[in-house]
Amino acid sequence: MKLAIHLAYKNLMGAGLRTWLNAGVLSFAFVFIIFYNGLIDGWNKQASIDSIHWEFGNGQLLHGAYDASNPFSIPDGHGILPKSAQANLTPILIRQATIYPQGRMMSVHLKGIDENQSVLKLPTHLLKKSTANIPVIMGTRMANTTNTRVGDEMLVRWRDNNGTYDATNVTVVGIFETNVPNVDVGQLWMSIDKLWEITNLGQHATMFIANEHYVHQNIPGWRFENQAYLLRELTEIINMKKTSGAILYILLLTLGLLAIFDTQVLSIFRRQKEIGTYIALGMTRWQVVRMFTAEGGMYSIFATILGALYGIPLLAYFSKTGIGFEITGDEFGIVMAERMYPVYGLRLIFGTLLLVVLSATIVSFLPARKISQMNPVEALKGKLQ
Amino acid sequence: MHYLLTIAMLVCVSPSLFAQDAAGIIKKVDDNMISETQIMVSEMVIHGKRNNRVVTSKGYSEGRFKSFTEYLAPDREKGIKMLKLENNLWIYSPSTDRTIQLSGHMLRQSVMGSDLSYEDMMEDRKLMDMYNAKVTGEEVIDSRKTWVLQLNAKVDDVAYDSRKIWVDQERYVPLKEELYAKSNRNRQWPCYGGSPLKEELYAKSGQLLKKTVMSDIKKIDGRWYPTTLNYKDMLKDGKGTDFIVKEIRFNEPIPEYIFSKASLKK
Repeated sequence: MKLAIHLAYKNLMGAGLRTWLNAGVLSFAFVFIIFYNGLIDGWNKQASIDSIHWEFGNGQLLHGAYDASNPFSIPDGHGILPKSAQANLTPILIRQATIYPQGRMMSVHLKGIDENQSVLKLPTHLLKKSTANIPVIMGTRMANTTNTRVGDEMLVRWRDNNGTYDATNVTVVGIFETNVPNVDVGQLWMSIDKLWEITNLGQHATMFIANEHYVHQNIPGWRFENQAYLLRELTEIINMKKTSGAILYILLLTLGLLAIFDTQVLSIFRRQKEIGTYIALGMTRWQVVRMFTAEGGMYSIFATILGALYGIPLLAYFSKTGIGFEITGDEFGIVMAERMYPVYGLRLIFGTLLLVVLSATIVSFLPARKISQMNPVEALKGKLQ
Repeated sequence: MHYLLTIAMLVCVSPSLFAQDAAGIIKKVDDNMISETQIMVSEMVIHGKRNNRVVTSKGYSEGRFKSFTEYLAPDREKGIKMLKLENNLWIYSPSTDRTIQLSGHMLRQSVMGSDLSYEDMMEDRKLMDMYNAKVTGEEVIDSRKTWVLQLNAKVDDVAYDSRKIWVDQERYVPLKEELYAKSNRNRQWPCYGGSPLKEELYAKSGQLLKKTVMSDIKKIDGRWYPTTLNYKDMLKDGKGTDFIVKEIRFNEPIPEYIFSKASLKK
C-alpha cells in the first residue's frame, strides 16, 4: 500500500496542471460545502439562542384554548393558574387592541408581562421605573412602522373583559432591538398589572414562560411546550434550507468527481503499457487497481490541502465579520439576524472531508476495476482492450 | 317664601322627570329605527385622502340576529356578500370563490376602508335594552329642536360604555350620536343649564370614539328615518364615511333562504 501511495503521489505530481485543476474543482466543492453548512448552522445557533432569550425561555405553559398560530383564540385563550403552580413561571396576558399612530389605524397585540421578570431579554425594567400612566415598550420594527420614538404618546383602544371599548394614551418608555419578530411586530408590551387593571382580567394569563428551574407537572386546562417543540418550526426551516443547499453543492461535487472520473478513464487507457509492466514485475491485478484507486483518491487529499490553503483564511474571515444580507426574516416572521456568523464545527469539517475523500475514492475505483480484467501481455504491447 | 320653595322643589324633581322622559324618548327612537325586517339599497361613500369611493349594496335584515348584504357596485366589490347570523359573520368573495368567517379581532377591522367596522354593522340591539338614559339638555341642530340624551350602559356586554344622542323632539329620530370609551374618568360633561353634572353619573364616560351625524330625515312607511348618515371614527384622520339610504322597506317578509350560507354563493 505504501508503494501504491508513493507511486500515486509521483504520478499525480508528474501530471502537473491537470492534477491541480482536478484538485481545484474538488476543493471548491469542499470549501463551499463547509461554508454553506457553516452558515446555516450559524443561523440555526443564533436564531435558537435569540428565540430562547426573547420568546421561549425554558418552555411555555399555554392556556388550553390558546393557539399561537390562531389569533381567533386570543379573546378566550386565557385563564387563572393556581398560585401554587406558578413557581418559576412568568405570566403573559395577550389582548387585542387598536392603535392610532398619526391618525392611522393599526391592529396590535397588547402583551402584559411581569415587569420584574428576567427570563426574557425584554427590557421590562423600563416599565417599572417609568412614572407614565400606562408605560409601554416596543421593538424597533414596531417603532419604525408607527414612526414612534421614546417618550411619544400613542392612543390605544381595547376591549375589557365584557367587550366594552376603552381607550387612552400610552407612553412609549423604551424601544428594544431584537432579531425575533414574534416579540416585536404589531405588539406593545406593558406591565401585566396594568393590563389586568384596564381589562378587568386580574390574575388571568394567556401563557407562562418557564425559567431553567421549572419542572412541569400536568395541569388541567394548560399545556406545556418545551424548547425543542417551540423551536421545531425553526428546525424545519433550517433542515429545508440544508436540503435545498445540498442540491447546489452536490452539483459542484459532481463536477469535481466527474473530472476525476474522466482523468482516471484517460489514465487507464493511456497507461496500459505501464499497467502491463507493473503486472510483469510481479504486482497482482488488484494491487494495480489499488494503486490507481489511491491515485484518484489522492486528488481529494490534494483538494483538501488546496481548499485549506485558501478556505481557512476565507472562512475564518467570514466567521469573524459575518455576512450581511439585504433581506431580513421580518416579512416571513422568522428569526434572522442582519448579519449571519457561520459556525464550523469539527463534525462538519471532518464529515465533509470524509464525504469528499470517499466519493473521490469511489469514482476512482470504478474505472480502475477495468484493470482487473486486462490481459497483461496485451497490456504490455499497449494494445487497446 | 312659597315662591322659593316651589323653585327648590322644581330643581329637585326635574332630573327625575327628565329621566322618565328619557326612557320614553329612546323607546320611540328604537321604534323608529328598528323594525322586524328591513330591505335597504344604500350607498357608502368612503372619503379617502385623494378621492372618494362609492360602494352600493343591498341589505336584508330580520330582527337582531340575521342580516345579509350583497355589494352591487363598483366592479371591484360587486358580488361580495356578507351574512350575519347571531354573532357570526361570513364573507363571500367572488374573485376567490371562497367564504371566510370573521370573528374576534377581525370584526374590528374596517369594512372596505370605511369608518365602520364589521362589529359596528353587527351591533343592532335596542338602545333601551342596553342603556339607562337621561335628558341632559336641549339643542337646535339644523333648525330642529333636539333633546340631548346621555346614555350609560346598564348591562356589561355593550361595545360602548356611554353614548350621547341628540333626538329630534318632534320626529324622535337621532340627529347626532357620539360613542364613548370607558376610561378618562376626570371628564365632565356640560349639561342642561350649563353647569357640570355630578361626577358619579359620568364617571365612566371617556374618550370619544365615534360620531354619527344623521340628516335628510324622511317619512317612510309611516316612520321618520334618516337617509344620510355620516360615520366618523374620531381616533382616525379623515372625513368619515357617508351612508346614504337610496331605498328602504320595513317589515316586508324575507324568504328564509336569504339568511343561509348557501345564499352567499348564489
